Formats: sequence, structure tokens, C-alpha cells
Amino acid sequence: MLAVDRLGVRAGELDLVTEVSFTVSAGERVGLIGESGSGKSLTATALLGLLPEELTASGSVRVAGVEHELVGAPERLLTKLRGSRLAMVFQEPMTALNPAMRVIDQVAEAREVHHPGRDRVLVEADALRLLEQVRLPEVATLARAYPHQLSGGQRQRVLLAMALANDPDVLVCDEPTTALDVTVQAQLLELILAGVAERGAALLFITHDLAVVATVCERVLVMYGGRVVEAGPVREVLTEPRHHYTRGLLDASDLESTDEHGRLHAIPGTVPAAGEFPSGCVFRTRCGRADEQCADLPPWTGVPDHGHACWHPVGGDS
Amino acid sequence: MIVLRRAVILLVTTAVASLVVFALLAVLPGDPAQVALGVNATPELLAKARHEFGTDRPLPVQYADWLGGLLSGDLGRSYVTGEPIAPRLLDRFEVTLWLVGTAMVIAALVAVPLGAFAAVRHRRTSGVLVSAASQLGAAVPGFLAGILLVEVFAVHLRLLPSGGWTPPNADFGAFLRGLVLPALSLGLVQAAVLTRYVRSAVLDVLRADYLRTARAKGLGPVRALVRHGLRNAAVPVVTVLGLQLATLLVGAVIIERVFVVPGLGSLLLDAVGTRDLVVVQDVVMLLVVAVLLVNFLVDVLYAVLDPKLRRA
Repeated sequence: MLAVDRLGVRAGELDLVTEVSFTVSAGERVGLIGESGSGKSLTATALLGLLPEELTASGSVRVAGVEHELVGAPERLLTKLRGSRLAMVFQEPMTALNPAMRVIDQVAEAREVHHPGRDRVLVEADALRLLEQVRLPEVATLARAYPHQLSGGQRQRVLLAMALANDPDVLVCDEPTTALDVTVQAQLLELILAGVAERGAALLFITHDLAVVATVCERVLVMYGGRVVEAGPVREVLTEPRHHYTRGLLDASDLESTDEHGRLHAIPGTVPAAGEFPSGCVFRTRCGRADEQCADLPPWTGVPDHGHACWHPVGGDS
Repeated sequence: MIVLRRAVILLVTTAVASLVVFALLAVLPGDPAQVALGVNATPELLAKARHEFGTDRPLPVQYADWLGGLLSGDLGRSYVTGEPIAPRLLDRFEVTLWLVGTAMVIAALVAVPLGAFAAVRHRRTSGVLVSAASQLGAAVPGFLAGILLVEVFAVHLRLLPSGGWTPPNADFGAFLRGLVLPALSLGLVQAAVLTRYVRSAVLDVLRADYLRTARAKGLGPVRALVRHGLRNAAVPVVTVLGLQLATLLVGAVIIERVFVVPGLGSLLLDAVGTRDLVVVQDVVMLLVVAVLLVNFLVDVLYAVLDPKLRRA
């Protein structure tokens, strides 16, 4: 349904995302994980062709049934595909809705854009039905409210309703639950899963929360320094990671294991700023296993959707 | 309700402003009676004149009398001509309103599209040129713009009169011709200032998350900006428009001089020249009320534009 091949994002001379390749089939749920600054959101934004002006994308993004390559596609084509074939839920529920427009009008607009000429009364009925589907409470009242009168979780429901408005083939969710309480988060994840299941849509789910990936996704891509460092089925990647970065992420999330001081494990150092990643393996400056060999870029071992890029994989070469 | 609260604030500030205006002019040196009668006036005549003007009464009484008059629409009589001030003031105010109103419309019509253009194209040469031109334009004083416009359109091209005023109901064509140059001199400079504010407001909106959401829905760049951007960008622009209207009222005083337009500004300057203090007092008060009223309207507009402020 969605095929991404050697996608890159550059700011002038600076590579922010490099050679990201993956596919998502209809009905499949793929996670994209990594720390802040690893290039997850940029990858998602590039898929929809919504990068800020100063950034440029390269490589290839294709959607089933569309002749044209999406990277560098004419704006007219992208405008037609966005919101109908490709939809996205953004991470900031507080700022992603227009503060000066009633909620129902914003949902109705998502319908209207792709159904020009549809009767206004019908469009409003569609919008109300969508808001009911995402279980917006007191829908009759809250639909007429402005975004600031809604809670974070309610706003995120509205954003989901907008994204699902035209039954997209591909739904991209960029940290949709990060800003929410854990209880609200669980409800929203269920809605997203139900939404894509009903429509048989492909889901690309971006998060830094491993527990969320484990619940939502079948496959996962681990990103660091703008590159995919490991990919594979969720169960395998989260139980038997091959890349030391994935290993580090897992250790950091494991509440039962601690270091000799009784503290939770952490990956040493911090994510470097864009452009400050080392040559060769992007993770080698923070990796305990790094040696001279890591100064050369490790090749991808395995197939695009299942493999890793590491000279010294966890568990040895297999 | 925000409108009610703002209305109360409007009333209180107006009352305080009237006190300030009265007090400022009361402490100014210069006796209107002396000015009216000349240096050779006898003390008896002076005393008689002061009694006629009412300036021999205690200040609080004078203030109460003036304020009471204002509220009932009686602005008193001129010390110089002895005629009632209200009709003349209203005539002059109408002229100034035409001038300032037209200038404001010119400023908005020029600045909104130009500022939006400069924002959308801020990385291209065309956008940078518009920004640079607006910087330059904002540095030109209105009266200088006026003199330049007269030089080009009145002296060289002989297309428009260099000054003078025809009321709209006398000869509408002549009225428009007389209005163009002074309104342009006021409006273009304000347009330059406003363009910069519109540009930065639109730039902010272009970077807003909700605009990206709108694009993700499938709205084209222009449609997204028009549907979702302009209303949100309007909030800071309205603030500046309100402030500019006050600047324009003051700027009109000078421009009316340059173009010999019989507006409030020239009335004020004449009254200052002849020490016709009641007239000065009334004109200043009228300008103050106009500015406060504009601020009130801006506050109400905020609530219309931004739903968050409606309950504040």
C-alpha cells in the first residue's frame, strides 16, 4: 500500500534523514520508534509532502494505485491525495486544531474538501457521525465548541475523526498519544486500531513508547540519527534486539532491571544535534561495543523489512 | 461579558481623560479675556469679559459646567467669535473622518495583500523586495509624502488639485479629487507600517500547526491560508490598526495644514493661535473620545475573532 525507498530529508547540506526504506501493506500496522531527534517526525511529514520550505526530500514514496512518484510530485496531486488516500494525525493536540473554528466545521471541512458540491447538511451529518465514531462525549454540545473548550484527549479524537473522514488507505499517526494521560491514551489507541481495521488501512505509527508499539504494531522500525538501524516483527525486535541502540532503548524501558547503583538503565550520552552525528555507524559515539570498524558505515543485514545495520550485532552474527 | 466590561472601562477612562484635558488647559498661562480684548483693555472691560466667558468662576465649577455641557451636546461658545462651537466642530470632524477613514481603507487595501505576499514569499527575492520597500516607506513622514505627491500629481502632471476641499454633497467629483492626495499621503505611510505587521502575523500563521493540519486534510496552500490563516493573523493586525487610527487622527492635523483641508486639525491649530481655549478643549476631548472609542471597538473585535477571549 505504501512503499518508501531510500527516503532522505536534507536541510541545505545537512542530512536529517538518510536512506529510510520500508513498506506497509493494507491492514498492516508498522511502528516507527526512536528518541526525539531521530528523524521520525520528519520521515512522516515527508511522506505527505508537508516538509517546511527549507527542507528537501529525496528518494521515493509510492502509494498503491497512484502512477506518480510522491517525492517531488506536483502540489495539485499531493493536495488531492492528502486527506483522502493519505491521512495524518499530528502529535500536538493543543495546537493542531484551528483555535478560531468550531470543531464540527473543521471535521466537516475534511469531508467537504474531497467531496466538493456535497450538500452542506449532509456534510455536517457526516462530520457528526465521525465525531460519534471517535466517541467524542456529549457530541451534540462539544461538536459546536471551539478547540480550547475541549480536553487534550477530546481534541485528539477530533483530529482522528478528521484523519479518518475519507477512509484513507494509509494513516500516519505521529505520537498521537504522547501528550495524553495513560488512561486516555489506551482509549485513543483502541479507536485508532478500530479505525484502521474497519477501513483495512495501512498504519504507520510513530512513537518513542515501546509499550505502545508492542500493543499497536505488528512490525517495527527503529530509527536513530536519521537512519533505520533495525527493523523486524515487533515481538522479535523487542525480545531479541540485534542493534545495540534497540537494546539500549529496551533496557531503559525495563522497570525491573537496574544498574549497580539501583538506578534504571540509560543510554549513555544524549542524542547529538542534527549534523553532529558521527560518520560510519551513527550510534558509535554512544555504543559500548563500538570499535574501529564502526567508523565505516555498517551495511544492512537482512531484507528491507527485517534486518539491522550493525557490525557487531547483539547475540553475534547468525 | 467582555463587551460590558470594556464599556465600563471606556466610560471611566473617558471621565478621567476629560479631567486631564481640562486641568492641562486650566494651568496653561494666558487669559482668554486679555487675548480677546487686547493689551489696551481696561480692568472693568476685562472683568466683564471674564464674567461672560465664565472664567472668573472657581475651576471645579467651570469643569462641572463644561462636562455637563458636553453630556448634553452643548460645547459652549467660542471666546473669539462668540458662536456656538458644536456645529462647527461637527462639520470639521466630518471632514477629518473622511480623510482618516479613506486613509485607513487605503492602508488596509495595500498592506493586507502586500504583507501576505511578502510572508508567503519570504524566501524569494520578490518577498524580500516588498519587505525592504515597506521598511523604507515606513521611514517617510506623512507630510513629506504629501509634498512629494503634490509635486508629482498636482504640479507636474496637473491631474489633481494641490489642496482645498469640496464637501461631498456639493460636487462629488471635486470632493473625490480633493480627497485623493491628502488621503494617500496619510494612507501610504501607514500602509508601509501595516505591511510589516501583516507580514509577520501571516508568517506566524504559516508556521502554525493548525495550518499544517489544514494542508494534511487536502487544502491547497492558498486555500489553507485563506480559510485558516487570515482570521488568526487578523488578531495582531487589528491591534495595530487600532493604534494606527489614533496616529492617523494626529497625523491628519499636519496633513490638513499641507493640503489646506478644513478639518479638525486646522480648527485646532487656529484655536491654539487665537487662544480660543474652549475650542481647543473641545477638539482635544473629541480626539481623545475618538481614540478611546477605537480602542473599545478593537477589544470587541478581539472577542469576535478569537473565541478564547469571549469569556475572559
